[in-house]
Amino acid sequence: MASGNDQSNAAAVTSAPEAGNLLGFLRNKGVAATERPSSDHPAFNVPAGEVVATLQHLRDEQAFDLLMDVTAIDWAEGASPRFTVVYHLLSTTRSAYVRIAVNCASDTAPSAPSVVSVWPGANWHERECFDLMGIKFEGHPDLRRILMWDEYPYHPLRKDFPLAGIETALPDADVTAETGTRVLAAPMAGGPFVATSGEINLTEAEPRAKDESWADRRPRPDQEGLKQVRE
Amino acid sequence: MATEFTFPDSAAKAAKLPAGLPEGTEFQTEKMSLSMGPSHPSTHGVLRLQMELDGEILTKCDPVLGYLHRGDEKIAENMTYNQFVPYTDRLDYLAPLANNMAYAIAVERLAKLEVPARCQAIRVLTAEMARISAHLMGLGAFGLDVGAWSVLLYSLHEREKLYKLFEELTGARFTTSYTRIGGVTRDVPEGWLGRVNAFCDQFLPILEETLTLLTRNKIFMDRTVGVGVISKADALAYGLTGPNLRGSGVPLDLRKDRPYSGYEQYEFDVPVGSKGDCYDRYLVRGEEMRQSVRIIKQVIAKFPDGPWYATDAKRIFAPPKDRILTSMEELIQNFMIVTEGPQMPPGEVYFEAENPKGILGFYVVSKGGGVPWRLKIRSPSFCNLSILPKICVGCLISDVVSILGSLDFVMGECDR
Amino acid sequence: MVTASTELGYNSKVEGDVVVTRADAVINWIRTNSMWPMPMGLACCAIELMAVGGARFDIARFGAEVMRFSPRQADCMIVAGTVTYKMAAHLRRVYDQMCAPKWVIAMGACASTGGMYRSYATLQGVDRIVPVDVYVSGCPPRPEALLDALMKLQAKVKREPATQRLFSDDAPPRADLH
Repeated sequence: MASGNDQSNAAAVTSAPEAGNLLGFLRNKGVAATERPSSDHPAFNVPAGEVVATLQHLRDEQAFDLLMDVTAIDWAEGASPRFTVVYHLLSTTRSAYVRIAVNCASDTAPSAPSVVSVWPGANWHERECFDLMGIKFEGHPDLRRILMWDEYPYHPLRKDFPLAGIETALPDADVTAETGTRVLAAPMAGGPFVATSGEINLTEAEPRAKDESWADRRPRPDQEGLKQVRE
Repeated sequence: MATEFTFPDSAAKAAKLPAGLPEGTEFQTEKMSLSMGPSHPSTHGVLRLQMELDGEILTKCDPVLGYLHRGDEKIAENMTYNQFVPYTDRLDYLAPLANNMAYAIAVERLAKLEVPARCQAIRVLTAEMARISAHLMGLGAFGLDVGAWSVLLYSLHEREKLYKLFEELTGARFTTSYTRIGGVTRDVPEGWLGRVNAFCDQFLPILEETLTLLTRNKIFMDRTVGVGVISKADALAYGLTGPNLRGSGVPLDLRKDRPYSGYEQYEFDVPVGSKGDCYDRYLVRGEEMRQSVRIIKQVIAKFPDGPWYATDAKRIFAPPKDRILTSMEELIQNFMIVTEGPQMPPGEVYFEAENPKGILGFYVVSKGGGVPWRLKIRSPSFCNLSILPKICVGCLISDVVSILGSLDFVMGECDR
Repeated sequence: MVTASTELGYNSKVEGDVVVTRADAVINWIRTNSMWPMPMGLACCAIELMAVGGARFDIARFGAEVMRFSPRQADCMIVAGTVTYKMAAHLRRVYDQMCAPKWVIAMGACASTGGMYRSYATLQGVDRIVPVDVYVSGCPPRPEALLDALMKLQAKVKREPATQRLFSDDAPPRADLH
């Protein structure tokens, strides 16, 4: 069985020396990079101030010529650092990936330097990251929302934002005037039954529908508390 | 590019003044802003382009996205790994089987799980069929955009045949939800491979016939050759992938460069364009369909025996139904997987697969358990569209339609 | 005039060149058999909508193959796909631009109820912003299901008091939203 995927085995074997080489390279360039635990590709934590230089060095001298992805992780309310911005680079010539992560200094108003000057393609990625996660990219030429509408008051991918959403106004007032429709929290009762991630307490870990305490016609009890989510 | 055209402004300045106006009077022309979409036949869904026009020439193009933002990434954080599979169908809904595979492999990488050879072969087979079906639709829609209606009818006809095969395999025409973490939902049906083979045999001549409608078509060439040129450097800088990147001459194909799911066993060529215009992107897609047929033939020729799911992953893949109904241990195993989800170790992985539209990436961050902590979807259409503000400036408004058709995007995946 | 309806049964030998029928029957007959759809293709369902227009399912058999992207030329809006809050206003605007009489088919689970997208960004059913005549289940519905919806809509249109609406200002109102 499992004649398997040679590539992933090979990657698992070779990733350690490659990560060491890249770490050495970054250190030589004066970047205070530290190795980051990773299940696949070489990954490094980099101080926020040095990310632009890091990516520039990796692109120009290590042939990581494609910026595949810019995204952010919210490590839960109250965690510190709460937000991490993650960059994935691919080299079209070496066929290798590298992951660069930057912890945002502030947990309440997170920000990171923009890398649009290095890759113009980062423009939309950073706008998306700002839109959904609320991370301000300093030096971005045009930091607007991209997926939600401009007046939308929340950052939906933050952990304190409920999947169902929070009641707010529609982007167009005339439609509300005509139909009476607003952005309402979606009904979740009977939704997918899932166990809570990483719980050990059996009572807590029991699979259940998230947000099951309310339905379409019954308001969510803690609606008031969610008002605090506004930026 | 802009200099090739006469801007109405300069034409107006050169024009002769009507009698009676004092010498030196200039015609005042105004720029016009035009919104194209989100409900427009050639924006392939709900893309909206906010354009600024000088006569018929674009001076600015600002794409507005998000009209199909459904919150997939947030949804993923609220359900188990397997429950999210149906949502991957609806990312690039022209090639759901390819999305299913990319997602499953990403999560399997997290679990360091290897699926058996037969499962890999099934996945490659379905992904390549999905590629044909997606490119057919892209081709048909592209033809439609530039005025060739018949291409769409040809490609819809072939897609129906593919749908019939998909339906037999998965139970659905295109929202297939075929993979599970650690395997697929079911083995290939009796005689199905033969029918796929028969499809390929009859498909190749029809593909040639369909492409003949466009390849040397004067109208089609006039509207695509030299239009929407993307240089190699630009394509890389904006993170273009897939046929759009290869159309610009960068031979990046993850099936070759970082083979997954056993792609290294199959022989195929990676077509690459030379000029990076709309016509090159069209040619690349046409050739990719031929290569996909080639891969499918090879997969069928050496289709492996053995289990079609990971038999040693007790906490990830549910046991066969007959065992669940007869054995207590398997019943519990099934119950745990269904309710708590496939159990993953903590960690983070980033996996990318070469999808029809480009490189689809999944970044999975796990804190352990059956639910991802964060799932980021790197969608190729999103990145491919991000070059629009750059290449559309200086184009005629009718060229924008060609460019959109040649970029071949899907908004479901772009907006997620 | 191919119909089983006795009202329209026409035999030139008996009746000469004159056909006598009710105005409602004629108007509804015309409307049902040339119902031009406005394909509001938003997401996955739009692909099935295209398949319905293709050769195998051939919506032309029902006189509805003339997909009009201009709302002013369309009679029936087929909402095919997930309606997000961002899109809702545009959809409503397109609906407002359609000339009466107009009908709406909510194609698929998303358009009908929000479907599997119970999330912050998705409108939970297009009937919150436009009145819907026929709901089609499925994710996406099979092309046959859409044809069935079209036939249901035709049956509904056949029963409408068309003349009354044509000549009177106080025509029976459309069912209210919700």
